[in-house]
Amino acid sequence: MEHDSVGVSRTQLHHAIAKPKMSAQDINAYFGKVQALKDVTTDIPANRVVAIIGPSGCGKSTFLRTLNRMHEVAGGSITGKVLLDGEDIYKSDAVLVRRRVGMVFQKPNPFPTMSIFDNVAVGLRLNGNNSRKEIAEIVERSLRQAALWDEVKDSLGKSGASISGGQQQRLCIARTLAVNPEVVLMDEPASALDPISTAKIEELIFELKKDYTIVIVTHNMQQAARVSDRTAFFYLGELIEYDETKSMFTTPAKKQTEDYITGRFG
Amino acid sequence: MEEETIVENPRSQEQTGDVVSVGSDLLSGVTDKRRVRKYNLGDLLFKNLTVLFAVVVLMLVLLMAFEMYDGSKLSFQEFGTGFVTSSSWDPVEEDYGALPFMYGTIVSSLLALLIALPLSVGVAIFLSELAPSWVERPVSFMVELLAGVPSIVYGLWGIFVLVPWIRKTVEPFLSDHLGFLPLFRGAPYGFGMLAAGMILAVMILPIIASISRDVLRSVPRLQREAALAIGATQWETTRIVLRDSRSGILGATMLGLGRAIGETMAVTMVIGNRPEISFSLFDPGYTMASVIANEFTEATTEMYINALIEVAFILFVITIVVNMLARLLVWSATRKWK
Amino acid sequence: MKSATLTNGRFYRRKAMNFFMNSLAWASALMAVTPVLLIFFYTVGKGASYIDLDFFTHMPRPVGEPGGGMANAILGTLILLGLGSVVGLPIGILAGIYLAEFGRNKFGEVVRFMTDVLSGVPSIVVGVVAYTLVVLPMKQFSALAGGVALGILMIPTVTRTSEEMIRLVPDSYREAGLALGIPQWKTTLRIVLRTAFTGITTGVLLAMARIAGETAPLLFTALGNRFWSTAIDQPIASLPVFIYDYAKAPFEDWNNQAWAAALVLIFMISILSFTIRFVTRSRFQND
Repeated sequence: MEHDSVGVSRTQLHHAIAKPKMSAQDINAYFGKVQALKDVTTDIPANRVVAIIGPSGCGKSTFLRTLNRMHEVAGGSITGKVLLDGEDIYKSDAVLVRRRVGMVFQKPNPFPTMSIFDNVAVGLRLNGNNSRKEIAEIVERSLRQAALWDEVKDSLGKSGASISGGQQQRLCIARTLAVNPEVVLMDEPASALDPISTAKIEELIFELKKDYTIVIVTHNMQQAARVSDRTAFFYLGELIEYDETKSMFTTPAKKQTEDYITGRFG
Repeated sequence: MEEETIVENPRSQEQTGDVVSVGSDLLSGVTDKRRVRKYNLGDLLFKNLTVLFAVVVLMLVLLMAFEMYDGSKLSFQEFGTGFVTSSSWDPVEEDYGALPFMYGTIVSSLLALLIALPLSVGVAIFLSELAPSWVERPVSFMVELLAGVPSIVYGLWGIFVLVPWIRKTVEPFLSDHLGFLPLFRGAPYGFGMLAAGMILAVMILPIIASISRDVLRSVPRLQREAALAIGATQWETTRIVLRDSRSGILGATMLGLGRAIGETMAVTMVIGNRPEISFSLFDPGYTMASVIANEFTEATTEMYINALIEVAFILFVITIVVNMLARLLVWSATRKWK
Repeated sequence: MKSATLTNGRFYRRKAMNFFMNSLAWASALMAVTPVLLIFFYTVGKGASYIDLDFFTHMPRPVGEPGGGMANAILGTLILLGLGSVVGLPIGILAGIYLAEFGRNKFGEVVRFMTDVLSGVPSIVVGVVAYTLVVLPMKQFSALAGGVALGILMIPTVTRTSEEMIRLVPDSYREAGLALGIPQWKTTLRIVLRTAFTGITTGVLLAMARIAGETAPLLFTALGNRFWSTAIDQPIASLPVFIYDYAKAPFEDWNNQAWAAALVLIFMISILSFTIRFVTRSRFQND
């Protein structure tokens, strides 16, 4: 906890401003006896896009999921700390954590039995917001943020599964934004989509970082280069390199990184 | 292919034969017409033999309907629609009406559903959403065991364990606390509608629970993750999964209902077997299945047997309708995600 | 901190609701398991002490005479299972072959649907049909009539498991047979059915386990018999009907024998179930 006393020194103040939105400290993740992550330590700066790249099975999805405790759903466990605004999320309630750290998945997963409107509103209603007017406003705002409003505003009552895959994925993004999270995790959000939908999602990510901190796992290195400010390269459960995207892709520090981004393996 | 009907079978047979002849031609390099024809004949015989037996299965249902229609002609002509509206069942006067049995079947089955449905859905949620695998396996196993216990053993247990318990504990408790309702009036006799409903509930629970569990499991994990990721609790996630599974659970419930409607031995042994319509669940009743079980061998006159067969016919039609609806629901519910 | 503003009353209500509903699910599981334990506890507790060698080798005694057994009922149940299999297996397995090998069409769909419908027909109704089909023309209750009823009841299970098991045989086996110039019917009989044999056996055992305890369809077909009989045109005793008669009887000694018979019946069904488990496990290990 930060103390709000008067005598805050300049360095302390500077520290607070530069303080990362999230930070992982010595994360080791396990599924049963299998270790999926080894000693991962990293910071995620606020209002930036961090891309996570690496070959399949390198632990990048697992790492993403440790950031909002979704790995627990699949029976995983970790040692180490994940801080959100300096607080350990593993000492908080998973429900609260996920409310603040939202997630968009690889395959679009709207709720098929709910309308487009309800898909976005469901999180608000869970949290006890019963004002129709307010819900309608937030739903519209979220759909606009997800660049979907113009396409669905006349069919809000239709099933969430009735629209195209690319639209479904943006609907899922709107659903995530509606509960007003601070961090948005994206697990290969465009891998199941066509190139045009992919471009739309990438544009969207660029827009969203004004208001949110974004961590995106991607298979596609061009995508990482296009959308992210920083890039982390994972290999065999370890964080090999983490740097500004530009320098990572032009002058990688490690041999493995270079091999991977030049397409020699992976 | 999809449009093929039984009438077109000979043609499709030829096609299969062609495939075979091409295969053998490739192998031998010579066209041997005699051999090809022999294969065609063997295949034709074999295929039509299996078709014949498939037709037998189909005809069986129709044969059953016909046999019961034929066997109940007398009573059908004599009583007409009055058979299902009259509540007189008098073998001495040869006056038969099936209303008390239909009432007993419906009330005992609905009572069973009322008890079993919430429990079954609870069990299904437990097995599919909550239980760690070391608990889930033995519980699943025991629920399957429950489904394998024969009706007669339930009946035996009903007579000697459940009915005394209902008489001494359940009925006094209900009449003390809810006695102002006409449902819970009368002497605590044990044997009666309440006992029938409770034993049926135990019997249909494994059916509804295991099918509902499968329906819940067929909902993709991504749906649950989507809910959890917006900050839903476990229960709120389950509610969304349940919402996706509504039609499947309804289908499972209908299958359970179908089983309850046709269930014979256990009910016959505990319901008290009196053809009366009473609103109190403490009073004895009678069901369609149990009147057949009890009176068929005693039925001495033609008309008596005809009346009983007509009861069986009605039971047959009801269960077929319920089962068809159930199958359609379960089928459409589990197909949805594929 | 932001999390502080999120942990409002609403949040605690949601947590409490979550705890409450999850507890209800645990409680339902507990309540579902209880009757299984109770039924096995009572059946073993009340039946076990009445089981001895005599019970399997002797005939029932008249009321008042203690002891005696149910050798005729055990034999009768086995005969009825055999008769049921003779009636049900050929129809079930051949219809299953049809559905698996040729049934990917409208007619196949209809047969499949009717099989499901047939499995929902109450067993007492099947008994009535067996009565009109066999007992009325023969003018006599008989083991045969009971066998017909049980056979009809076996068909849906056998058909559907046979179909599923034959479907599991990879198409490459069929193609291999056809490519060797073996006609389709021989391919099906020699290669496909042999591969699916254990699976079909499982279906047969499953169907037997289902009908072994059937009582209602036997009441007015096989009827029951207090004497030793193996004739298929005569009434025959069976364990389930024995249990029914002895459970209804107003004699404590008979009631206890009913429990013992129930224990034997459950034991027989368990043997079938364990064989099924064993067969399926060894099959999967081979693969």
